[in-house]
Amino acid sequence: MATVSSSPRRLGRLERPALTGVLVREVVNFSSYWRSSTFSSTVEPTIYLLAFGFGFGSLVSRVGGYDYVQFVGTGTVATAVLFSSAFPAMFGTFVKYKFQRTYDAILAAPVDTEELVTAEALWIATRAGVYGCVPMLVALAFGLDPAWGMLTVPLIAWVAGFGWACFGISVAGFANSFENFNYVVSAVLTPLFLVAGTFFPLDTLPGWAQFLGNLNPLYHCVELVRHAAFGFEGWPDLARLGALAAFGLFLWRIAIHAMTRKLID
Amino acid sequence: MADLAIRLRGAVKRYGAITAVDGLDLDVPEGTCVGLLGPNGAGKSTTMRLLTAQAIADEGELEVLGFRLPEESKAARVQCGVTPQLDNLDVTLTVEQNLLVFAHLYRIGRADRRDAIERSLRMAKLVDRRDSRVDKLSGGMRRRLLIARALIHRPRLVLLDEPTVGLDPQVRQELWALIDALRSEGTTILMSTHYIEEAQRLADTVMIMSHGKAVASGSPAELVIEHAGHEVLEVYGPPGRLVEVEAEAGAAGLRTRRTGTSVSILGVDGYGFDIDGERRRANLEDVFVLLTGEEIG
Repeated sequence: MATVSSSPRRLGRLERPALTGVLVREVVNFSSYWRSSTFSSTVEPTIYLLAFGFGFGSLVSRVGGYDYVQFVGTGTVATAVLFSSAFPAMFGTFVKYKFQRTYDAILAAPVDTEELVTAEALWIATRAGVYGCVPMLVALAFGLDPAWGMLTVPLIAWVAGFGWACFGISVAGFANSFENFNYVVSAVLTPLFLVAGTFFPLDTLPGWAQFLGNLNPLYHCVELVRHAAFGFEGWPDLARLGALAAFGLFLWRIAIHAMTRKLID
Repeated sequence: MADLAIRLRGAVKRYGAITAVDGLDLDVPEGTCVGLLGPNGAGKSTTMRLLTAQAIADEGELEVLGFRLPEESKAARVQCGVTPQLDNLDVTLTVEQNLLVFAHLYRIGRADRRDAIERSLRMAKLVDRRDSRVDKLSGGMRRRLLIARALIHRPRLVLLDEPTVGLDPQVRQELWALIDALRSEGTTILMSTHYIEEAQRLADTVMIMSHGKAVASGSPAELVIEHAGHEVLEVYGPPGRLVEVEAEAGAAGLRTRRTGTSVSILGVDGYGFDIDGERRRANLEDVFVLLTGEEIG
């Protein structure tokens, strides 16, 4: 009678070697496309900042108690976070599993879907944490006063970026084709982007829109960054950070579910 | 008897109404090369995916290197290497960067990583191309890199899914030499293929699959003798004549198979047929076509 050779042993969840392996792949890959990625993730929000800040800012000098350029400069941090997390997560994830079959290769190694999704989201969040600071640096160059609180902006951008990365991975996990992304961009991301208090304060909107705005994670990111630059509000800001963390954790589990469904037959 | 690297009992995998793997039993003893031979759609690739838990069986017991699947699959994959049917290399990275990534994914320690990469480069004969981007490599080089990538951590078990599909004969010979060397070193190999010659050349044991089931298993020589005998009579002629030949062979209790413009009468070893034809040694292709009803792709 044949026997089976070694004694069974189950490996743990979210193991460091597995997460490191996926992250190393991302970092090595990033070395081949960092220029274009950095360009698109920083130039686009900077253009928004310049266009709205100096274009619209010539008509409206102060909004919500701030100079309009400073108002927009802090707000576009959230835009940069969104652009450098949700979009790369959606398109990158879809390309990697559908066309490049990268995830098939990774999952044949000792990595499970939970680790794969987590590492991907961590990497995108880290990029968002860095890219998110660019509009603020531009705003500083255009007269925004430096503040110690600004040192927390990379962390705020990272937490928000993690949530949006998981959102993008989830969308890619449920999508059957690139065309499906059009619905998400038009019906979800664009309204969230516009009603986030980036370009105008939410308190100018009707009550129902303000209520919906408060459900928008991007709004809380905008508020946190603005308060980092102009002064934190204490508990309300901690609650905002908690909301962003909850958003990230919820979408993290959804992303794992969606990708497991997609990658494991 | 040798320990088993793979043990499947009654494995079933369904995709909706389609049963891709249908009650498959499979034993792969350690240190052997087993070939899964079957036409497209026979369930070979699904079987491979079951073994890495990229597909979860609906029924049956699966063990790889002593680990139960799917629960303990990750522990099994630490000691497995997989070469997929479809190229999934990172094409914008260099040869060396691809190996570096998988050295990390397969948990090779920092101290051993450089040696592992160098060994893989030599094995794939890509030392001179280490800095070339993968999208600049030929098809054969990419295949060699895929195999080297799967072997970077010196796995106990290697799963090769159609390792030479779509390659020209010369490159195929090179890869066969590489796989043969691996087998000689005692690495356990499970290889799916639909190339008869590949299975015959490399596999100690061949399992012929059709419609998700194992229809025969044994060494290539055993399979040939059991199902096709020693000799085959190849008869050429117009369609009407071939029908008559089939009837004649059937009446004598012999099995036949159509091969385009001819009829092959199997197991004619002791028969003195009064039929003009060409006698030849029976081969694995005769068995394959007989058991699967499929021509060679």
